[in-house]
Parts: sequence; structure tokens; C-alpha cells
Amino acid sequence: MSTGKPASPYGYRYIGTKRRTKEDPRFVTGRGRYAADIALPGLKHVALVASPHASARIASIRTDAARALPGVHHVLTGEEFCAATDSLPIGVDALKVTRWALARDRVRYAGEWVAAVVADSRALAEDAAELVEVEYEPLPHMTDAEQAMAPASPLVHPAHGSNVILHRNFVWGPVKDEFARAEHQISFRAIWNRNATVPIETFAVVAQWNPGTEILDIWASIQMPKYPDQTARALRLPGNAVRVHYDVDVGGSYGVKRGLKHTVLVGYLAKRLGLPVRLIEDRLENMRGGDMHGPDRVFDMTAAFDSDGTIRALKIRAVDNVGAYAGRAPFQLGKPVGAICGPYRIAAIAYEPISVLTNKTPQEAVRGFGQSPTNFALERTMDRIAQFLNMDRIALRRRNLIRKEEFPYTIPSGSTYDSGDYHAVLDKTLAAIDYPALVRRREEARRGGLLAGIGTSTCLEPSGGNSAFEPLLNPKNETTTWMDSCLVRIDLSGAITGIMGTSSSGQGHETLVSTIVGEILERDPAHIRVIHADSLNALPSNSPVGSRMAIMLGGAAAGAARHIRDTLIAIAAHNFECATEDVEYRDGNVSLKGVPEKVLSWDQLVEISHRKFHRLPPDIEPGLQAKFVWEVPTGGGLPTPDDRVHIYPCYAFETHIVYVEIDPETATPSIKEYVCGHDCGVMINPDIVHGMTYGGIAHGIGAALYEQFTYDDNGQLTSGTFMDYLIPSALEVPPIRIVDHCTPSPLTTFGQKGSGEAGYLGAPAAVANAVNDALAPLGVEVNALPISHLAIFEALSTCSAP
Amino acid sequence: MKSPPFECARAASIEEACELLHQHGDAAKIIAGGQSLVPMMAFRLLRPNWLIDINEISGLKFMAFDTDAVRMGACTRQCVVARDDALAARVPLLRKALAFVGHAQTRNRGTAGGSLAHADPSAELPLVAQLLDARLVLRAKSRTRTLTASAFFTGPMTTRLSPDECLEEIHWPAWREQKTGSAFTEVSRRHGDFAIAAAAAQIAVDDEGRCTRVAFGVGGAAPTPVAFPDLARHLVGDRLDNGKAHAVAQEAVAALEPESDTHASAAYRRHLAGVLVTRVLQQAYDAARIAQ
Amino acid sequence: MSEAFYSIALEVNGTPRAGQVTARTSLVDWLREHLHLTGTHIGCEHGICGACSVMLDGEPVRSCLMYAIQADGHRIVTVEGLQGPDGRLSVLQDSFCETHGLQCGYCTPGMLIAAQALLDSNPQPTEADIRDAIGGNLCRCTGYQQIVDAIALAARRMAEGTT
Repeated sequence: MSTGKPASPYGYRYIGTKRRTKEDPRFVTGRGRYAADIALPGLKHVALVASPHASARIASIRTDAARALPGVHHVLTGEEFCAATDSLPIGVDALKVTRWALARDRVRYAGEWVAAVVADSRALAEDAAELVEVEYEPLPHMTDAEQAMAPASPLVHPAHGSNVILHRNFVWGPVKDEFARAEHQISFRAIWNRNATVPIETFAVVAQWNPGTEILDIWASIQMPKYPDQTARALRLPGNAVRVHYDVDVGGSYGVKRGLKHTVLVGYLAKRLGLPVRLIEDRLENMRGGDMHGPDRVFDMTAAFDSDGTIRALKIRAVDNVGAYAGRAPFQLGKPVGAICGPYRIAAIAYEPISVLTNKTPQEAVRGFGQSPTNFALERTMDRIAQFLNMDRIALRRRNLIRKEEFPYTIPSGSTYDSGDYHAVLDKTLAAIDYPALVRRREEARRGGLLAGIGTSTCLEPSGGNSAFEPLLNPKNETTTWMDSCLVRIDLSGAITGIMGTSSSGQGHETLVSTIVGEILERDPAHIRVIHADSLNALPSNSPVGSRMAIMLGGAAAGAARHIRDTLIAIAAHNFECATEDVEYRDGNVSLKGVPEKVLSWDQLVEISHRKFHRLPPDIEPGLQAKFVWEVPTGGGLPTPDDRVHIYPCYAFETHIVYVEIDPETATPSIKEYVCGHDCGVMINPDIVHGMTYGGIAHGIGAALYEQFTYDDNGQLTSGTFMDYLIPSALEVPPIRIVDHCTPSPLTTFGQKGSGEAGYLGAPAAVANAVNDALAPLGVEVNALPISHLAIFEALSTCSAP
Repeated sequence: MKSPPFECARAASIEEACELLHQHGDAAKIIAGGQSLVPMMAFRLLRPNWLIDINEISGLKFMAFDTDAVRMGACTRQCVVARDDALAARVPLLRKALAFVGHAQTRNRGTAGGSLAHADPSAELPLVAQLLDARLVLRAKSRTRTLTASAFFTGPMTTRLSPDECLEEIHWPAWREQKTGSAFTEVSRRHGDFAIAAAAAQIAVDDEGRCTRVAFGVGGAAPTPVAFPDLARHLVGDRLDNGKAHAVAQEAVAALEPESDTHASAAYRRHLAGVLVTRVLQQAYDAARIAQ
Repeated sequence: MSEAFYSIALEVNGTPRAGQVTARTSLVDWLREHLHLTGTHIGCEHGICGACSVMLDGEPVRSCLMYAIQADGHRIVTVEGLQGPDGRLSVLQDSFCETHGLQCGYCTPGMLIAAQALLDSNPQPTEADIRDAIGGNLCRCTGYQQIVDAIALAARRMAEGTT
């Protein structure tokens, strides 16, 4: 908050210092360029016709009245669209579960899109959409996963033969033995009800087909790996016929902006009509039919432990209700395998993930990709073990947390945690919140008649996203490549430009790259421009997912900058006729060691590179540019025959301590204090990292207390607007303090770990634990999120009334 | 979520607004602040052919202080109502209720009359109107009539306002008793959301702490906001302690049949109503005791 | 049914602007699509998220809940109008940059409008005042912390007379 510029705590010139970001100035002046801001001459607009039924046969669709409305250009139905394009891919081995943007013959969830209207304006398209007449024959539906798994239940995709699209049983370590030897055992159920990170900007996509160049240009609010490739594939176009413009600002994503179906739809229309076409989801389309819901998961947890609190083994059964279709969402049961025991030393784990189809809106990737629900289940387990043993919950964690000396630490499922000092972060957090004083505060509140609770979570944020879980959950898929890249060039004027090949949605990638390049080249990042390439001229990237960009894009930027630096050194050495070891690089100038007057300045070196070929060393390319493409460190391996695989490379760690008071008469909770201890190794830009952590905590508070996609008995989404889907405001999110710690990663350029998912991975667990600590004196608990006022009231009602 | 097509007329006077209502009948709706109306247009739940914009009628934006009441133009902005100190001295429940109404942006545009005409059973201003039994002046082309709030609200989003009528003025009773206290409270999921349940009370006491005038009511727990004039009258002459407040509250809410929805069950709403009524009765009474 | 067009004339960011709109064109759509002032954003179109907040006669309102014709004769200020005439960032805008009170930028214009309105009427807001003033502006990126810091910083700087 101060305006001074303290030195970097890590000893770098730029990395780790407080620096303003490059992105903020354009946003505070309203000069962001989002997909809805793209103006193209002749642009047409799409509105969708959505199914009111959760499950039905489509008997007929009549579009005459809609097409007759002035200003309407086309009404597209599944009959044409599904024949002309390919099904969207599914990640798990369930190829008969096909999927298109428009339904054909059957609708499988309320809100599924049945027809698309193209008109001169969105308003006219909506008018016409109301005139499309669809005749439905309702079919039995179900929204409950257990019901869907039952033998006689109606099939969402009859061709698949079952409603289960993934069911595995993993056993890592001597589970049976550990259970046999353990002194105690508890079992309970924890429920993470359906919610998502719901960005304020809905998904928007603009497409334009140029018949002269045969290129489909796409501008979209996108955060997705393999987006251009999968778009091209579905449209039956060669990959180089699709050009995605990554320089579109994305108004928040946190995982969910994977509008592949929207893009194939709009791309098809653009090509078919020869007109530029735009779809901006309205909020109703987005909530019900945008397919951006998150995990919807029931955990059955069993823990085996001893009286001294040592946890020997865990059994985890996780049933996830994926909805009526699936893309990559079922893999959200697989990513947590990489941190399946959390930050704890647990010798054996059995994990049974099950992904089930129902007639709900399909899920999409959500921040953490399944780790936050898993952390919630793990941390509730910790508190329940502590309760069983009448042991302090912090002490229980202390005993089981992996110790600093044990790193690198390989967990039973095969991932190796790179570095950490969990006890130090825990201690720092306890000190920051003044834990003894907090306990006294809780006691005083309780004496005054309030319910009051302290909740803790100690959780991992695996970072450096890749899909090593993919071959684990689907052995037919052998994807092990998860690269990222950066190109750095110095132009004739000596100005530096970094080029990244994917989109950004608020993570500050331009600041990340310029800071790192500036650090390596010893040039001011303020003058380094970072641009986004398009998918035709970009080096390969796998998108900002899984908290990977600080590691992967950062590493690539560093690699490219190092090449440039080496080139400048080589040029100078060649011109001084000495060895490269005999020169010194400083601030972009290179001089002969010990002879400072013998120096080639940055400008001179740039001149030689671009214009004086006769002074260039023989093995150096003309111009001054370098690319760097690399694989995720620790990546490239397939699972072992006994289902072990190293998933993410780096492990950030967070400790949350939350203090909650509940008015026992009104059953209303209020978060009074919140401190988060956070260790993501070296922070390239602390303000950016802190910002995302605060935001992740706010997401977590929403998931813990407010947000749920609720369904009624008719399979209708009953929280499909912001009136009922409750996003926390500045009045629900309390002031939050973050305390930083740094255990650098040995695997990355500067020791940075990723942190885009920070805060979200530990907040729901801590808030849930705080509420349950408040309820504990009454002997009641709530293990389903969100813990609404109603849930607290009903829990309190089960106690005998005073 | 674009509105369905409609035509719009900006009325320069209440007479002009009523003339247009008369002409268009059911096909027209009044638009004031639009904070409730426009979302319904966006959801296409309402499709009037005509909107009659009354925002520019200066005659509908005023406050006049009479002896026993404050007369307020229906288009007075909620933010103006909340800020006015003279009004807060005379009808203290209005400022207290408005603290719970939406957010700054809502109150900057929303009007006092708009909230009453919309008649959401969990809305704050209708509760205040109901428990004070405010009078509402309804104007049509060829007649003007005044209804009490208790006669005006008939059900959820339903009032006795005829299609050809426009709410013109609200007359808020101003209690002249010296020692008067009031309280408004509600429970909602988030700040500014519709109340799961709300309660309000206004009590006047004599120098010995005996109630001389009482009014209280509940919102969000019935098809309309509910006042309890009979129970309130029974408190006259009594002193109030927590036990009594609790007993009165339980009696009041016993007959209520609240709705169940995503956010609250009927049981929770009824329970909340009881708790909140107890609290506002006690707070209003305590405030009256120390009032000058 | 063919829709009629209505003439409107109003002041936007200090400049007289005019247009022809259908009755159902919302104020936010008119600002964005007709005036190409795309700084004001749409998040929900039902009056909850606050991304569309603009100043109407000096007070923040939700421009998704107003029709453009209703703004006829009034004064609108959008995020594009917050800078100084020479293009310098306002103290508030600069403070948002100083504390990194934004990430994706989508809620930011509405947030700035709400915050500017607060500082215009309450130059020394408490933290509670700040959170209340932005209570109608939802943000999914920041958790509000660095936004609150920005507004508090702006208030301090304005009080000190430092720009």
C-alpha cells in the first residue's frame, strides 16, 4: 500500500519488487478491448433458443415465423449443424457421449441450445428466438448422481450404455495393512455442491470467414488449451485455417471460459452466411446453457489413525455429477491425485473417482481443477479426526504435515512435492492472527451468547499445470506434452518486445514477461512491450491453466532473454577478439573485463545485429531475436503400471485461519477475521500474486457460504440469475491479511511457483471448519457447502431447544 | 436480455400520465426508477406496448411536512428520502429501512412510490407503509382516491392500483409523541438482497415508560407485509421487557404462513420473524425510553 | 411491428451528444454501440453486478436499468470521462494503478464510478463507508482488498493535496 519502492526481498533488481503493472492503465481508462468491444462492419448477432425441459425428444422445430421477422438472416437447428460439424471431444474414454452446441433429436438438460438465430441486432435475434416453435416430448429426467448410477435409471446417452463415464479404483500404498494396524477409524460424508467461478463478463465470441484467404478469424473471451485446434477440427478445417486473436482482453475466467461449443457454432454461421457473426451470452444463457458449472461432488471419506494423531491411511470415494455432456471436466477428479493426501505424510491412500452423467448443465474446468473440493474434504477430515481424539486441530496438523527436511517428498500416488516449509508458514500465520488472542476472543464471544468458531486449513496449490492425469484416467490417451513458449525480439531502435502465444484474463502476464526479460537483460521493464500473438503466428502454448504461467511462460521468457544476452556477449567478444569469459555484461552494455573503456553499448550491439553483418560472429543469426519453447519440468512421463504418475512440478502452500461468529437466533454467520499464510516461492510481482490470492479467497468464501447452482424436481436450474446465485460483494468478503513465506522451487528459473489458484484452494475448507467449530459446542455439524443461513438454522434446530 | 419492443411517452405532468394510461389501458405501464420494472422487461416477463415515463414530472418529487404526516411525491428518489434530516426526524423508519434497500445505485434511481407500487412482500418500504398505515393517493384521468396501505397491498406484487391509475403521493404518518423510538431490522443472504424476513416497530412511551402508541410489522413472511394493529393496541399501557416482547412476537408470527424457497424454508422464515419482531420491539421501546 | 425512433440529446462526458434510438435501447447499449464508449461494461442486464454503473447527473446508477431515451436532457459521465482534460489519470484512477486494485478490468469502470461518487460526497470515508459505496459492484478477481486500498489511498492523497 505504500508508494515507496522497497528492494526485492530475493536480491533481484526487478523480480519481487513492488512494481505497477503494465495492464492497469488501459483498464482504469476504460480502454480494455474485450470480445464485445470488437466492431466489424456488417456484424450480425446470435441469440439462442433453449430447451425448457431437462430431458425430452425433439418432435419438430418450425422456424418460419422466426425467419420471417425483418432483420433475421438465418435460423440454424441441430439437424443441419450436427451433420456439418464434428462432435466436440470428450476427455475420458466414453466416445459415444457426443456433443454439439445445438441439440439434435434430444435435449438432455434444461437450457440446452436447440436453435440459433442470426439477426441484425441482439434484440431482434431475441424477438425471433421467441418465435421458433419447438415441439417436445418430455422424457424422464434425473439430477441426482446416485440415482443416475442405479441400474434401472434412464440413460442420458443411451449409446454409452450407462450414466457412468469414469469409474476407477486406485490403491496407492498398503491401504489394507494400514487400516488393520490403525487404532481408530472414522467415516463421514462431505458434499461440495455445484458452483462455479462465474466471471462478470460472460463468454463472447466473434467470428469472420474470409473466403479470399480461407481463414476464419476468431476473437473470443477465451482461456483454453488447444482452442484453435479443436475449433478447426470440429469445423473440419485444417488447423491453419483458424486464427484466434489472443490480444483480446478476457474479463475474468478462473478456468471456465472454454466456449468451444459457442465458437464452433459461431464459426460455422460465419462461414455459412459469409457474414461476421457475434455471440455474447446473456446472463441467462450463460448460467443455464453456457456449460460453465463446476464440480458437484460427494466425498465419502474414511480415515485410519492412531491415538497420537498419526494418520495412517485414507479412503476417498468421490462421485461427481458432471451433467448431461462432458468435455474435460471429468478430469477434475484426476488432477487432485497429484496432491491426494494434501500436505500430510500419509502412507496409503485408496481413491475411487466416479463421474456420472445426469440431466444437469454440463461442467467445465473451474479454478483448481478439482483441488479445492478435495482440499475441503481433506481438511474436514482433519478436524473430525481431531474432534474424535479430543486433540487440538493445529497440533494434529503439525504432527502430520510433511517436514521441511523431508523435501523433495514423493507421495504414494507418484507426485513429488518440490519444496516447502509448511510448519514455518503455519507458525507465521498463527503469529499474524495472534492465535492465543483469537482463542480468547472466541471464548468471550461464546460467553456473550454468540456461536463463535476458529477454522484452519493447511492446503496445497499444485502448480505448473499439465495433464499428466489424462493418461491416468484414460490410458488410451498418451498426451504428455505440455509446453509453453516466448519469443523476445530487439528491434532496430533497440526497443524490446516479448511475444506470448495465449490469452490473459487478469493474471498480469505482460507484467510477468516484461519483469523477467528486464531482469535477465538488465533493462527497465517499463520500456519492454509484451504482446499477444495470434494462433497462426504464435509459438505453441497450453494456456494459463493450473497455475502454470509464472513457471512456464516465466521460464520461457527467461530462456529467450538468456539467448539474447548470450548473443550480445558473443557479438561483443567477437568484436573485442577475446573469449566470451573475458567480457562483462552490465545493463545491456558489454565491456572487456578490467578495461571498462573498451565497451560496446546496447545501441551499438543492436546496430551490429541488425545492420553490420560484417561484424557479426559467423554462427550468429542476423537481427536480434530468440525463441524458447520448453516442456513442463518433471513432465513427459506416463503412469506406471501401478497407477503412479508425477503430475504437477511445483507445490505452493497456504494456511488459512478464519474467525467466524454466528448469531444463534438468526443463524447468520459473519467472518470477523481472516489471515492467509502463503508460500508460492519467489513472487515475480507481489501485488499481482496478492491480488489473485485475495480474489481466490473471495471465490472460496462464495463457495463456502453463498454460491450454489440449485435444481428443482423438474430439473430446472433455480439459481440462474444473480438474484439467486449469490456472488459475495465487498460487504460479504471481510478485510483479509496475507503473510508471505518463500521456499523457492528448485525446478524453476527464479524459484517461483505458480499461484493463480491461490486462496481458492484453502478458503472453503477454512470457512467450513470455522463454522463447524462454532457449532461444535452444540454437537452439530454441517458438511455440505454452501453453508447457507438455512443450513445453519436446520443444524441448530436439531439440537434440543433451550 | 434485451427488452421486448415497446413505445415510450415521457409525461410532463401527472395529468398527462393519467391521460396516457386511460388511452392505452392494460397495454401501458408506468416507469419510474425502473429498478424492479426493467429487470422484468429484460427477462421478458413483462411486455407492455407502452411505457409511460414519469421521471421528469417535478410535481411528483417533493416532500411537504404537515402536522401529522409527511406528504411525499411518488417519484421522490430513495436516496433523497434517505438523506433528508427533517424527514428522518418525523418518520424515522424511512431512513432506517432504506439502509437495507439495495445499494447506492439502486437508491439513486429507485423511487419511494415505485417500491410501493411493485409491492414485493419482502421489500422494506412497503413494510414501513403497512405498519404506519400510510395513505396512498392514486390518481386516474377522471378520479383521485386515497387508500390506506392495508387496503392497498393485496398479495405478492399485487395491489389495488388499477391499470389506469398512477400512484401520485404517499402520506407517511408522523407521530408527534415526544418519546418515540423506532427500529428496523432484516435478515438477508447478502447486504442489499431481498429480506428473508424483516421486522419494524415504532413505539411511543410516557414518562413512566408505559407504551402510549405502538406499531409493528413483519415483511417477507406472508403474501404482503403484515402489521399487527390489534396486538399493538394491547401493548398500550404496558411496560415492555424482553419476555413480553418475545411473547407478543410469538403470538404475532403464529398465524403467518410463509413461503419456502431456495434461500429459506417456511419454518426458518417464521422463526426469523419471531426473533426479529422481538428485537425491534425491544429496540424501539428502549429508544423511546431515552428519547427527549 | 416496426419500432419508432426517438431523438435524444444529452451531455456525455462534458460533450453534447445526440442520437436516434428505439425505446427499448438501454442506456448502456447506446453508450457502447452508438457512441462507441466501450469502457462501460455489461455483466448481468438485471441490475445486480454494477459493471454498467455510470454517473447520471453526478450520481452512480445502473445504465442497464435505464433506457437511453430516459437520459434525454441529462448529464452522463462514464469511465472515459474520469481523466483530466489533458489525459492525465485522475487521483482515483492512478491510485487503482498504485495498489493494483484490478486484474481483468471488467468491473473496474463501474467500480471507479461508484468510488468517485463516494469521494465526491465523502472525502474522508471510513473502510465501512468504502465497502458500502462499492457494495453494489461485484468483482470476481480481486476479493475487493486492493480496491478498498486504492480508494482509501485516493482519499488520503486528495486530503493531502498530492496528485
